[in-house]
Amino acid sequence: MSGSVALEQVEHQPHRTGLPDLKLIMWLFLASDCMFFGTLIGTYLVYQGRSLEGPFPADVLDIPVTTVSSFVLLMSSFLMVLALHALRKDDIPRFRLWTFGVAFFGSVFLGFQVFEFSTFALEGLSLNQNLFGSTFFVLTGTHGIHVTVGVLMLLSILILSFVKPMSSKDAIFLEVTGLYWHFVDIVWIVIFTVVYLVEFA
Amino acid sequence: MAIGRQPAQPVNNVGLLIRPNWDRGILSWLTTVDHKRLGILYIVTSTFFFLTASVEAFIMRLQLVRPEQQLVSPDIFNQLFTMHGVTMVFLAIMPLGIGLANYFAPLMIGARDLAFPRLNAFGYWVYAFSGVLLLSSFIFGGAPDVGWFAYAPLTSLSNNPGTGTDYFMVGLLISGLGTLVTAMNLIVTIINLRAPGMTLFRMPAFVWMILITMFLIVFAFPPLTIALFQVMMDRTFGTLFYDPAGGGMAILWQHLFWIFGHPEVYIIILPAFGVISEVIPAFSRKPLFGYAMVILSGIFIGFMGFAVWSHHMFTTGLGPIVNTAFALTTVVIGIPTGIKVFNWLATLWGGRIRFTTAMLFALAFLVTFTMGGITGIMLALPPFDAQAQDSYFVVAHFHYVMGGGALLAFFAGVYYWFPKMTGRMLNEVVGKWVFALVVGGFHLVFFPQHFVGLLGMPRRIQTYDAGLGWEVYNSLSTIGTWIMSIGALIFLTSMVLAFLNGKRAGNDPWDARTLEWSTSSPPPYYNFDKDPVVTGRDAWWAKKYPESVHADPAEQAAAEAAHEAEHDGGIHIPGQSWYPFIASAAIFLGGYAFIYDNWWLALLLLGVLLISCYAWALEGIGGRHIHPEEGHV
Repeated sequence: MSGSVALEQVEHQPHRTGLPDLKLIMWLFLASDCMFFGTLIGTYLVYQGRSLEGPFPADVLDIPVTTVSSFVLLMSSFLMVLALHALRKDDIPRFRLWTFGVAFFGSVFLGFQVFEFSTFALEGLSLNQNLFGSTFFVLTGTHGIHVTVGVLMLLSILILSFVKPMSSKDAIFLEVTGLYWHFVDIVWIVIFTVVYLVEFA
Repeated sequence: MAIGRQPAQPVNNVGLLIRPNWDRGILSWLTTVDHKRLGILYIVTSTFFFLTASVEAFIMRLQLVRPEQQLVSPDIFNQLFTMHGVTMVFLAIMPLGIGLANYFAPLMIGARDLAFPRLNAFGYWVYAFSGVLLLSSFIFGGAPDVGWFAYAPLTSLSNNPGTGTDYFMVGLLISGLGTLVTAMNLIVTIINLRAPGMTLFRMPAFVWMILITMFLIVFAFPPLTIALFQVMMDRTFGTLFYDPAGGGMAILWQHLFWIFGHPEVYIIILPAFGVISEVIPAFSRKPLFGYAMVILSGIFIGFMGFAVWSHHMFTTGLGPIVNTAFALTTVVIGIPTGIKVFNWLATLWGGRIRFTTAMLFALAFLVTFTMGGITGIMLALPPFDAQAQDSYFVVAHFHYVMGGGALLAFFAGVYYWFPKMTGRMLNEVVGKWVFALVVGGFHLVFFPQHFVGLLGMPRRIQTYDAGLGWEVYNSLSTIGTWIMSIGALIFLTSMVLAFLNGKRAGNDPWDARTLEWSTSSPPPYYNFDKDPVVTGRDAWWAKKYPESVHADPAEQAAAEAAHEAEHDGGIHIPGQSWYPFIASAAIFLGGYAFIYDNWWLALLLLGVLLISCYAWALEGIGGRHIHPEEGHV
């Protein structure tokens, strides 16, 4: 009998809210993640302006460059919506194209982050240089790891779609990945505001 | 015992992406995804950690039995009180509540398992491994010695160069991960997998308390996780989060720790409230008085639990305004707790009370917990707190709440549910001896500590001078630990004996109220032959005695028939899985790699973790499809 029963029969269990379990647990994870990022951003704010020696935020932050990378990340959320829409309509080629697009834009954002981190390092900012370095790298680094995990999930779904056929019935997996992706995007908006824009306000 | 026995039906158990189906033997426990087996594993493991923490406490009490004793050195004493606190909070009491929730919450709402069975197994293994990691620090160069709250900058590398602090940080990071995923899993289960007709306000009060507790975990653990992570970064990569020389603020650690730490108190006590809310009605043969108020006050406690953390920091100099605000919120949070106590008393009122061991423990809980609550209100007032701060009065207070509250409630729960879990009855006569020894011993340990605390004895001291008037209280405390220990040993022996050849329990030995008693003891792996259909509160009682709750049996029968017409596909139980175990083992070993800065090993284990994640995702559903009502199991 092993493995001979289709997934649908298992899904037969009653679902009181009508929401898939997977979606519900992702919302719970995101609620928890809010507290993770809330604590990191809180730490950053508490230590803002308390660095004893340079480089200080205004010395190294490059608003135009980060604006471009932020724009790329935000646009990836747009592609995410298109990808889910395509999969729901069983438009597999477009689903693959847009999913690849999201992963690609995410990777571009990560590339910008690598560039930014190495530039800062050259200018003397490191984890143990001052409080700005400690809080900045840990906060944006955690966000970068989130984006990396998101890119991995998207690429996994993309590769899986070539291994076994996918249809609108599988949209829940992309939808849940999308929830995660949009959340990571929203967190970046907060980080970009708190860390970058406020510094020059 | 066989290493692993396959069921009568031949199935393939070997292969990278095949989910095994072992029936019994050690492999069936390592790969199990059954919430009942995992619940038992949780309970057994937390009992083990209970014993280790009790031994630590026992040694400390021996050291303190008389003045100027030198049984253990101050260094060892520091390690003992740190590990006693960490083990009791993170590895014993909290997982015991989660274990009971794991076993009984799905049964009480008529579900067949948790929403994510493999994630449940992962949560358990991560917890068990994190406990092993923390405990192993005793062997590998000394346990943490910074107190269970690990205040900065005591934890900095320069102040504490040994690996003990690293074990603390990494161990709690890992254990927090397990707790978080299990909490999310239980929330989804309770929200989504309730049986037909089991609306939220028909759920047993225990399930409600678990739901609230799990939400507290989801929101309270992240601040702790980040704070632990920051200290690890400080120690490993030289960041400056808690380094005063670099501008870091030690007070930030206290805030982050107690933003977690106070909800943690409720994470421990709310499941205990849940147990009491089941045991008292069952043995009073009355419905829970003021069900809605018990639930709503629980929700109110859940919210307020996040608004009182600074009462742990009254003496750090936050200023009179902040202290007043937190004193007020702390006094306010006493109100919903009081509401619950009065509801339990009113449940007793006019009931046909049976004084079983479980009921005796529940009644002892009411008294003991209330005493802890009253000292809590005293400590909520900053002027008093400034006097009692860091004295044995505080030790007495939180042991009355944690030990006299949560622990006695869990004793009640174990006596109440043991027959369901094993199919055997615990000996009630022995049970009453256990009750007398544990409760009597408990009060003898902790009641004198109120007085010795008010006389000025500070916490966490390894020894004290003679002639301060502290001797008699300390001796009484130590004698109390011996009495409690005898009680605990008798309890464990009676559990083993009952398990081996106790009296058969039958399905419903207590004539109880909730759905777990409607199935066999122990329940089959698929829990219920038929999906339970619920038409009111106390569903099992209403089915047994419809006239006593003015229920209409015809309505119940119609609801069951309607459900049956809709669902006749049998039950599918998913297969077991190796990957939760492998993934958590990788995390466990990765913990050591982080402690000893072995990055190649860490990278390798990250690879193992990733591979097991993919295998987890791709191994399919496996398992068995059964039709119990037709006899095909």
